[in-house]
Amino acid sequence: MKQHTDTILYLDSVSVSFDGFKAINNLSLYIEQGELRAIIGPNGAGKTTMMDIITGKTRPDTGTVLFNGDTALTELDEAAIANLGIGRKFQKPTVFEHHTVFDNLELSLKGNRTPFESLFFKLKTEQRDRIDDVLKTINLQDARNQEAGSLSHGQKQWLEIGMLLMQDPDLLLVDEPVAGMTDAETIETARLLKDISKNHSVIVVEHDMDFVKSLDCRVNVLHEGSVLAEGSLDLVQSNPEVIEVYLGR
Amino acid sequence: MIRQPFILRILQDRLASFILGLLLLSAFLVPALNLYVSPESALHVPSYVVTLLGKYLTYALLALSVDLVWGYCGILSLGHGAFFALGGYAMGMHMMRQIGDRGVYGDPVLPDFMVFLDWKELPWYWYGFDNFGFALLMVLLVPGLLAFIFGWFAFRSRVTGVYLSIITQAMTYALLLAFFRNDMGFGGNNGLTDFKDILGFDLKSDGMRASLFFLSAMAVIFGYFVCKFIVESRLGRVIIAIRDAESRARFLGYRVEYYKLFVFVVSAVLAGIAGALYVPQVGIINPSEFAPANSIEIVIWVALGGRGTLIGPIIGALVVNYAKTYFTGALPEIWLYMLGGLFILTTLFLPKGITGTESIAQSFENYRLKLARWLRPHDFPDLNKEPAE
Repeated sequence: MKQHTDTILYLDSVSVSFDGFKAINNLSLYIEQGELRAIIGPNGAGKTTMMDIITGKTRPDTGTVLFNGDTALTELDEAAIANLGIGRKFQKPTVFEHHTVFDNLELSLKGNRTPFESLFFKLKTEQRDRIDDVLKTINLQDARNQEAGSLSHGQKQWLEIGMLLMQDPDLLLVDEPVAGMTDAETIETARLLKDISKNHSVIVVEHDMDFVKSLDCRVNVLHEGSVLAEGSLDLVQSNPEVIEVYLGR
Repeated sequence: MIRQPFILRILQDRLASFILGLLLLSAFLVPALNLYVSPESALHVPSYVVTLLGKYLTYALLALSVDLVWGYCGILSLGHGAFFALGGYAMGMHMMRQIGDRGVYGDPVLPDFMVFLDWKELPWYWYGFDNFGFALLMVLLVPGLLAFIFGWFAFRSRVTGVYLSIITQAMTYALLLAFFRNDMGFGGNNGLTDFKDILGFDLKSDGMRASLFFLSAMAVIFGYFVCKFIVESRLGRVIIAIRDAESRARFLGYRVEYYKLFVFVVSAVLAGIAGALYVPQVGIINPSEFAPANSIEIVIWVALGGRGTLIGPIIGALVVNYAKTYFTGALPEIWLYMLGGLFILTTLFLPKGITGTESIAQSFENYRLKLARWLRPHDFPDLNKEPAE
């Protein structure tokens, strides 16, 4: 077993089943501090379920999930895990449609999340500046006061990534960030994620092989709830088992 | 705060200031016209009208409390009548104790219905209600506590949407059945009535009626500002976020259940205050106030007035209840059909209610066009769609 103190995320023999169906089957996965990692796999391979387990939405039947080497995530709920420093972007872009782009980011600001604190909250100048920085990063300065519901699909994806950045998490989980994006948007998103991965650990789940290639990072192939192959994209793509899974059946 | 088109927001704020100004004015004017203008004058407001308007105002506060949870946090409570009734019962218990030995049976401590049931001593939960301050505290505490306990279990178990609505309905129905029982010690079927006075002032006196009206109007204004403060704060933006994308809020680190609990309890307390102002004006509180149909009616006021606007539900409650008084007098057999029809029309033509819609005529026009297009697609090309190449 690998030394797990320098891992940001450590999953060891995790299993979960729903009504007898093993969605995750003895999955082990280690992500190092500051790493950018891509996870690919056919539909039903368990990618989203894995994210659910890490973020506390689903509790595994067996196995260990450690964050930053020593914090067990399996006992915590979503809010606690988010406040520990794990951000998650959903597959379908999910933003607060009736709030402005600015308010969406403001609500994602790192900080106290209790109702009482929220009731008397006043935005500080440096927090406003931080929001403006992120607006620039995700290229939505012009949409600042626009309702998020009126954004295009790609812009919503970026806004959601921006919301993760506001949380300033140690680990970002990004589920299919380029689904439904134009080619130009995809290229822009790859640049954005690579940029983010300079100061954060990032896990990207994606189907789009060109996009994964452009991320130029280590790749895990998930199949039937466990890791089938790990390595560079070229390596896993030439793996006969992987080819079988993707092309066979 | 729901960010609507700018013009609409201004209009709404204007509307709110207009309505609140009107409330404040009538808080002073109506009692004055009742007490200081001679009954012969055309400007005189009869006492029964003062009390009737006061009753409407307590309903307006109740509607406001429902709007806070439904309009802003997406919690469709179909049991808010329970909090209203509990506030009313707390006030009713105080007034029962105030009767003292003036009751039919003349018992200095026990209310008439207890003497009638042959009870020998006051049940423990009636202790303290002879004290006005204690009763006021209970008006706030009992609905607040029930909302807290109910919400704690419901929100922690992540019961949402229609399931939550059903259990709120079950809650008020359970209380209805419980309060019907004589053994509960709240007067059973007949409830609490025959009240005499509060703090030594005769409830039937004009001065008392005028004061209760004044307090009701002030309570609505107070309730509006409490709710406004909440929804304009960051907490308000969080509850809207929860309404629109609950799991997103959770994964951002917000404890959704605490936020829901907070607004639910605040809302229940406001409903309790409304109930406590209602009972001395109508002179009775009985288990029928817990009837599920009552709670559903509140939701209709809110929907009609415009949910998520705060001022809308106040208008909705006043308008619907005025209509109710008028039509149950003029055409009693059709009122329930009218209420049902109003709700259907609101859902079809005014999904945002009276205050949230650009213009009623416009929305009728949109609907007519839609219908015409559906009937004869060729004569009414859809201008929003790109022309086919």
